[in-house]
Amino acid sequence: MPLQQTVFIIIFAVSVFSFLFSCYQRLQLVAIGAPENRFDNPWARLLGVFSYAFAQRRVLARPYGFNHFLLFWAFIVLLLANAEFLIEGLISDFSLAALLPVALGHGLKLLFDIVSVVALGCVLVAFVRRLFFSPEYLGTDYTRPASGEALLILAMIATLMIAFFLLNAAHIALGQEVSWRPISSALAVLLQGLRGETLQGLAQVAWWIHALVLLLFMNFLPRSKHMHILTAIPNCYFKSLEKPNTQPRETFEKGARYGVSSVEQYSWKDLFDSLTCTECGRCQDLCPAHSTSKPLNPRKIVHDIKINLLKNGLARKEGATGSLPLIGAAKEGTICEEAIWSCTTCGACTSVCPALIEQMPKIVKLRRHLVQEKAQFPEELLNLFENMEQRSNPWGIAPSERTKWSGQLGDRTFKPGETEYLFFVGCAGAFDNRNKHVTVALATIMDAAGVSWGMLGKEEQCCGDSVRRLGNEFVFERMAKANVSLLKEKKVTKIVTQCPHCFNTLKNDYKQYGLEIEVLHHSQLIDQLAKTGRLKLHQQSGQGKVIFHDSCYLGRHNDTYEAPRAVLQAATGRLPGEFGRNRENGFCCGAGGGRMWLEEQSGSRINLERVKEAMAQQPDTLCVSCPYCMTMMEDGLKDLGLGDKVRVKDIAEVTAEALR
Amino acid sequence: MLIISCIKQVPDTTQVKIDPVTNTLIRDGIPFIINPYDSHALEESLRLKDRYGMRTVALSMGPPNTVATLRKAYAIGVDEAILLTDRCFGGADTLATSKVLAAAIERLTQKEEVGIVFCGKQTIDGDTAQVGPGIASRLGFSQLTLVDRIESIDFLRKTIKVRRKLEGRHEIVEAPLPVMITVVRELNRPRYPVVAMRLEAEEKEIKVWDNSVLQLDVETVGLKGSPTWVSKIFSPERDQGEIIGDGISDPVGTASLLIDKLLSKDLLTV
Ligand SMILES: Cc1cc2nc3c(=O)[nH]c(=O)nc-3n(C[C@H](O)[C@H](O)[C@@H](O)COP(=O)(O)OP(=O)(O)OC[C@H]3O[C@@H](n4cnc5c(N)ncnc54)[C@H](O)[C@@H]3O)c2cc1C
Ligand code: SF4
Ligand code: SF4
Repeated sequence: MPLQQTVFIIIFAVSVFSFLFSCYQRLQLVAIGAPENRFDNPWARLLGVFSYAFAQRRVLARPYGFNHFLLFWAFIVLLLANAEFLIEGLISDFSLAALLPVALGHGLKLLFDIVSVVALGCVLVAFVRRLFFSPEYLGTDYTRPASGEALLILAMIATLMIAFFLLNAAHIALGQEVSWRPISSALAVLLQGLRGETLQGLAQVAWWIHALVLLLFMNFLPRSKHMHILTAIPNCYFKSLEKPNTQPRETFEKGARYGVSSVEQYSWKDLFDSLTCTECGRCQDLCPAHSTSKPLNPRKIVHDIKINLLKNGLARKEGATGSLPLIGAAKEGTICEEAIWSCTTCGACTSVCPALIEQMPKIVKLRRHLVQEKAQFPEELLNLFENMEQRSNPWGIAPSERTKWSGQLGDRTFKPGETEYLFFVGCAGAFDNRNKHVTVALATIMDAAGVSWGMLGKEEQCCGDSVRRLGNEFVFERMAKANVSLLKEKKVTKIVTQCPHCFNTLKNDYKQYGLEIEVLHHSQLIDQLAKTGRLKLHQQSGQGKVIFHDSCYLGRHNDTYEAPRAVLQAATGRLPGEFGRNRENGFCCGAGGGRMWLEEQSGSRINLERVKEAMAQQPDTLCVSCPYCMTMMEDGLKDLGLGDKVRVKDIAEVTAEALR
Repeated sequence: MLIISCIKQVPDTTQVKIDPVTNTLIRDGIPFIINPYDSHALEESLRLKDRYGMRTVALSMGPPNTVATLRKAYAIGVDEAILLTDRCFGGADTLATSKVLAAAIERLTQKEEVGIVFCGKQTIDGDTAQVGPGIASRLGFSQLTLVDRIESIDFLRKTIKVRRKLEGRHEIVEAPLPVMITVVRELNRPRYPVVAMRLEAEEKEIKVWDNSVLQLDVETVGLKGSPTWVSKIFSPERDQGEIIGDGISDPVGTASLLIDKLLSKDLLTV
C-alpha cells in the first residue's frame, strides 16, 4: 500500500472518529432535555422536510435566500462527489465512473464541474455580502456578520472548490482523465505549458488540500453555527405540527416543577433547536421588542440556551448545579428577566425562522417558572393576576357590569339548542369604553344579516389569554376548565368573537381541554355574510384612505390575512392600503403576550413605531381587528399628536357604517 | 416568638350593591376576598418570619366558609391558620368581635410568647377600624395604629420602633412588646402564591376553635354581646352634576370654566 494512502487512511479514521465523537457529545447534551413527542404523523413530518428543508420555503422568502438555496443544492450534489473523492483516497483504483454506464459517469462529472462553479460563485456572493453589504440584522452583540467563524467557513468551502478544479485540471493536462468537465478542462488549457512532474506535484498538493480541508470542515461543523448543516433537516422533521404558539399544558400535582429555570428542563427539541440556529438574524430583524431596543432578541434567547447547555449540560445531567445560571443578569448563556417579560408573543420569530426554531415558546416556559415557582414578575402583574382570579377580567371591574353595553338590545341570552352563534363578547368588548362601540357594531351587523346569536351575559368569563401567555398556567387552567364546562353545558356549537385573543384561545388552546367547535373571528363571519349576500352593504368612500394593521393573533397565529381585507373591500369598495410590513411580516402593536398590562421600561414604544410606519402611507382611517390593537394605535396616534388626523376603526365599525 | 395576623373575609365590595328597596347589601353571588388591608398585615408577618424566623399564625373569626381565605394564607406561607367559628359568634359588632379575637390570642399566649398582633387599618365592609384597638386594650398590648414601616425591633429590650402614616406627616414611635399594630397599604406589597404552596395549602389542616374551646360567656359574644345596632344602610343621595362648556370644541375655555367653578365652591386653593 503506498505510503500516501496509508497516511490518508489514518488521518481519515481519526477525523471520522473525532467527528462522530463531537456529534455524540452534542446529541448527549440534547438527550438531557425533557421528553416531548415529536415522532407522530411521519407523513406530515416528511412533507415538512420536503417543503422547508429541500424546497427551502422560508429561506427563499427573502431575496438573498436564493443564494442559500443554490448553495444548499450544490452541497447535496457535491456530497456525492466528495464521497467519491474520499473512497478513491481509501481504496486504490476505485472509480465511480467505472461502476456506472459511461454516459451516466460522464454526466455526473459534468454536473460536479458545473455545480462546483455555482458553489464557488455563491460563496463569493456570501463573502461580498458579509464584508460589504451586511444587513443590520446579521450582527448582534455576541457575533458580527463578518465574524471569523463565518468567514472561515466560507473560505473553507471556496478552498475546496478551487482545489477540486486544480486537481481535475492537472489530471486533464496530464492526459489521465478524459471526461466532460468543461471548467476543469478550460483550466487545464492554462496548465498545458507545465512539465509533467510539476503537474503531478500540483495534482498531489491539490488532492491533499482538498482532502484535509474536507476533513477539517467536517470536524468544524458540530462545533460551529454550521451545525445546522447536520441538524436543520432533522429539525424540519421534528417541527411542531400545530402552531407553536399553543403551549403544552402542565400537570399540577405535588412535587411537580413548572416551566424552565435550568437548561435540562427544556424539552430535547428545545435543546436541538438551540444547536440548529444558523444565526441568520431574521427573527431578530422582525422582533418588535428588539426593534425598539428592549433587551430581548429571540436569536439571542436561542443562543443563550445553547451556550448554557454547552457549559452546564453535563453537570446538570449528573444532578450538579451548573456554574452558569439560565435566568439572571444578562451575559452570554444567561437570560435576563427584562428580556423574558419583553416578549409580545407576536410569533414573528417562529414564523420567519428558516430552520423552524420555536423561540417564543421557550420564553413562555421561562415565564412559567418565574410566575409559578418564584412569584417573581413585574409589579403591574400582581393586580392583573388578582383581578383575573377574583373578577375574571383584567381590569377588576365587577362582573355584574359585563352586560352594561347591551342596554338597548334587550335580552340576548344564548338559548341552548335554539341560538346558532354564541357571541363571546370578551372582556375588552364588554368593559372597555372604546371597544364597546365595536361590540355594538358587530351586534348590529349580525342583526342586519339575520344571524341567530346570543350571549352568556354575566356568566361569561375571561378566556384567560393574557394569563397563559404571561406564564400563569395554574390560573389559566382553572379559567379554561370553567369556560369549557360552561360552553359544553350550554351546548354551544358555534362561537363568534370580536377579539383575536379570545378567538385564538377558544379555538386553539381550549382544544387541549376537549373543546373542538367552530370558532370564528368576526372578520370571518362578516366576510361570509357579505359573500353569501346575507349582508347588504352600501359601499361608501367616506373613510378616506384606509390602511389595515394585521393583528398577530388573527394573522400569524391563525393565518387569517384575507378575511379582514375582504371585509374592508366589501364595505369601502376597495382593498385597504398596506403597511410596509404586513401579513406574515406584520409588526405587533405591542400589547400581545400580556404586554397590554405592562409598562414599557426601556427603548422606544412599540405602538409609536407602528403608528409612524402607518403615517408613511398617509392614511385617513387606520383599521384594526383587535381591541388591543385599537387601544395601542389610538394611544400611539394621540402621543404623536395625530389623534384628530387619523381615525382608528375596527373593521366591524366600518362595516356597520356601510349598512346605512 | 409568635406573630399573629388577624384577617377578615369580606365580600368583594367593588361588586356589592345596596338594594334600594330594603336598604340591605345584596351579597348574592358576590365572591369573598381577604380584606385588602389584612393582606398587608399578613405579608408583614411573613416578612418578619423570613427575616427573623418567627412563627406566624393567621386568625380569623367568621362563618365556616372562611376556610377559603385561610387557605390563601397557607398558600403564601403562614405556619398555622385558625378559624374561630361558632353559631354564637354570629352577628357580632366590633366589641364582640374583638372579645373573641382577644380570647383566642390569650389562648395562644399560654403556650408561646406572642410578640406582635397585626391587624388591617380597617375593613372594607364594616369600615370601623375599631377591632384592632379593641384587641389591644383587652390584652393590655401596646397599640400602634396606621403603621407604614417597621423601623426596627430590639429583641433584647423587647421594643419595636415603627413609622405611622398620619395626615400630611409621619410619626416615628417606639413601644414595648407585645404590640398590636394596624397597617396601611403603603407598608408593603403582598406576595403572590407559588403553585407548589397553593397545592399544599389545599391539604393543610385549618384549626377550628369554637366556643367549647374558648369558653366565653355566650351572653357576651355574637349578636347577644353586641350593643351596636345598625338601623339602616343606604347610599347617600348625590346631587345631580351639571355639564359646563363644551370640551370638544373649546377645551381651554371649558377647563378654565371648571377651575372657576371649583374655586367658587372652595374645592381648590390657588
Ligand atoms: C355594612 C356594615 C356596617 C357595620 N357597621 C357596624 C358598626 O357601625 N358598628 C359595629 O360595631 N359593627 C358594625 N358592623 C359589624 C362589623 O363589620 C363587624 O361585625 C365587626 O366584627 C368588625 O368590624 P369591622 O369590619 O369594621 O372591622 P375593623 O375594625 O374595621 O377591622 C380592623 C381589623 O381588625 C381585624 N378584624 C376585624 N374583624 C375580624 C374578624 N372577624 N376576624 C379576624 N380579624 C378581624 C382585621 O385585621 C381588620 O383589618 C357592620 C357590618 C357591616 C357589614
Ligand atoms: S414572539 Fe415576537 S416579541 Fe416575542 S421574541 Fe418572537 S418576535 Fe420577539
Ligand atoms: S433562530 Fe432562526 S431566524 Fe433566528 S437567527 Fe436562528 S435560524 Fe435565524
